[in-house]
Amino acid sequence: MRVALFLTCVNDTLYPDTGRAVVKLLTRLGAEVDFPVAQTCCGQAHYNTGYRHQAEPLARHFSDVFRDYEAIVTPSGSCGAMVRELYPRMGERARAEGRGDGLAAALAPVVPKTYELTEFLVDVLGVTDVGAYYPHRVTYHPTCHGLRGLGLGERPLRLLRAVRGLELAELPGAEECCGFGGTFALKNPDVSAAMGTDKVRNAESTGAEVLCAADNSCLMHIGGTMTRLRTGMRPVHIAEILASTEEEPAV
Amino acid sequence: MSGTFVGMPAFPEAARDAVHDTTLRGNLRHATHTIRAKRASAVAELSDWAELREAGKRIKDHTLRHLDRYLEQLEESVTAAGGTVHWATDADEANRIVAGLVKATGESEVVKVKSMATQEIGLNEALEAEGIRAYETDLAELIVQLGKDRPSHILVPAIHRNRGEIREIFAREMSEWGRPAPEGLTDTPAELAEAARRHLREKFLRAKVGVSGANFMVAETGTLVVVESEGNGRMCLTLPETLISVVGIEKVVPAWRDLEVFLQTLPRSSTAERMNPYTSTWTGTTDEDGPRTFHLVLLDNGRTDTLADEVGRQALRCIRCSACLNVCPVYERAGGHAYGSVYPGPIGAILSPQLRGTGSEIDASLPYASSLCGACYDVCPVAIDIPEVLVHLRERVVEGGRVTRAGNKVVLQPAKGHAAERAAMRAARWAFTHPGVLRTGQRLASRTRRLHPRSLPGPGRAWSGTRDLPPVPAEPFRDWWQRMRGGDGEKGAAG
Repeated sequence: MRVALFLTCVNDTLYPDTGRAVVKLLTRLGAEVDFPVAQTCCGQAHYNTGYRHQAEPLARHFSDVFRDYEAIVTPSGSCGAMVRELYPRMGERARAEGRGDGLAAALAPVVPKTYELTEFLVDVLGVTDVGAYYPHRVTYHPTCHGLRGLGLGERPLRLLRAVRGLELAELPGAEECCGFGGTFALKNPDVSAAMGTDKVRNAESTGAEVLCAADNSCLMHIGGTMTRLRTGMRPVHIAEILASTEEEPAV
Repeated sequence: MSGTFVGMPAFPEAARDAVHDTTLRGNLRHATHTIRAKRASAVAELSDWAELREAGKRIKDHTLRHLDRYLEQLEESVTAAGGTVHWATDADEANRIVAGLVKATGESEVVKVKSMATQEIGLNEALEAEGIRAYETDLAELIVQLGKDRPSHILVPAIHRNRGEIREIFAREMSEWGRPAPEGLTDTPAELAEAARRHLREKFLRAKVGVSGANFMVAETGTLVVVESEGNGRMCLTLPETLISVVGIEKVVPAWRDLEVFLQTLPRSSTAERMNPYTSTWTGTTDEDGPRTFHLVLLDNGRTDTLADEVGRQALRCIRCSACLNVCPVYERAGGHAYGSVYPGPIGAILSPQLRGTGSEIDASLPYASSLCGACYDVCPVAIDIPEVLVHLRERVVEGGRVTRAGNKVVLQPAKGHAAERAAMRAARWAFTHPGVLRTGQRLASRTRRLHPRSLPGPGRAWSGTRDLPPVPAEPFRDWWQRMRGGDGEKGAAG
């Protein structure tokens, strides 16, 4: 199966290890992975901050880059939700503004074949045991757009439970938002930080070494809070755990 | 809407104090988490919750689509049943009508059922200015009124207070308003409730005029419905000689059978009860029973303008259950007062900027008072997609555009204070539509990475005041990818 990696602009720039992990994992599971280098950004930050019209050319660009692949896989719940949930809405809004069906038609091909990573593994490849080895105590934070937007449900946990050596600790208040929220973190820094601190304290209470999630933007906020609070815990993207093996362990 | 909150600072500043008030944080956390868990189990008991939610949404959408017709039908039914209907375009008109009706009775005091509409228009203050005293009779509203405070929650307006604070307010203030609190009052719930009961009973037995809102109005029969848990509402609705109800026009439903849906979803969503304790219904006036005179004041106050907006109008489905407040992580930490409106929390963040417009600092900041986590949408019993409306209103703030205000189409200018953000968004859009520009920027960031601080000065402190910045990697992913593949399009060079 020919799969396009939609890495996201944040991961490409700041978290290349996550990208390498996805490539390694999917290749190990038999997929043919391509990274179309013309990819940039899905437009989520623009859209969610109120700049829908600025997000439109980014969405069109996304569709131009990815439309010919069989499947588009992203290690980000929120960017996945942007394409699947909000691209159709952008098309509808353009229509409602009297601009015709052009945008909706341009975006339609990529919507149904865009998958968040854990969704792709469980639903499309049909695997829960990906042959990973990760001898650490881990707690899992379900990020909001993956949880409530895409409805990832138990998929990430099923994948983590099948990892050899991994001890999974339940996170209290797991379904509460970490307080990142994109530009929310900058526009409402006090509330955002208070939410982040509560999330980190809950994570600490599990005794885990690692807090894992399927979205590095949330992990950037949680991890930045962890180091500032000197917790000793580390944020790790789920792809890096699933890619880790005894032969090639993650650091 | 009421002038009570005019001059409020924007949400982030208003929230700052609450975030650092540990007593308030504790009170809110305890209360919201308790009710959140109870609601979840009450809702989980119903196997047809999803169908009830969809039915509630459809009934409301249908009614809103034909609102003119149902309101006229309601007016006919209420009039036929012996009531008098008044139409109020805005808060001032509604207040004038109510004050006039009370004066005509010759009375100078009224007892009130808990009502969001009368708080929205600032009725108590307007009556006070006319020499009429309004007594709140809902326990939590009593606490707020005695404490010269503001409500901070739709359903439990004194949620920000704990038992000790309530005891102190009762002991200090009750004597100013009527029967004093008993000597040696403690903070046990039973004692506090008994003190309130005795204080209020005097008011119930003396009052000649009652003022209420309504949860629902049935167009077919002209019946009004009030849903409450303390019995104070039943007293106010039945004992006085004159009853005046101020109700938002969106509270109409076509028929009695529609109540079947909402009387299941509302109690479970708000108080986590299977059935509501006191459900009062009345249709006009009845000989030898209840008020002799009944007035219904139908309130617009921005609702028709809201209805004109295709995306925003779903906010008018709201049945004021408060489930979205109780589940909201922002509300839990910022508290209700920071929202600068009688409608706090997620629903307030989409209602206030629509009912009042986005002109003031607080109203322009409310659409951003959310991390868009979506918990509010999940629990909403009428499926209001609050995140969708928040983003829509953000667009209205930064882009301006056509809106309806006071019944007229107007073109809003983009709000001030977003110029730098707008420029940044445009620049980012330009870079992201030119992959070469993005790559150059990424490489520059990587090459200068040793120079990057972990904290930022100036506006960057919004991030780095509480969070370290992530280190910039030695190379972006795309450079590694192209290096591994030799840049010639060879596939699968992974790992």
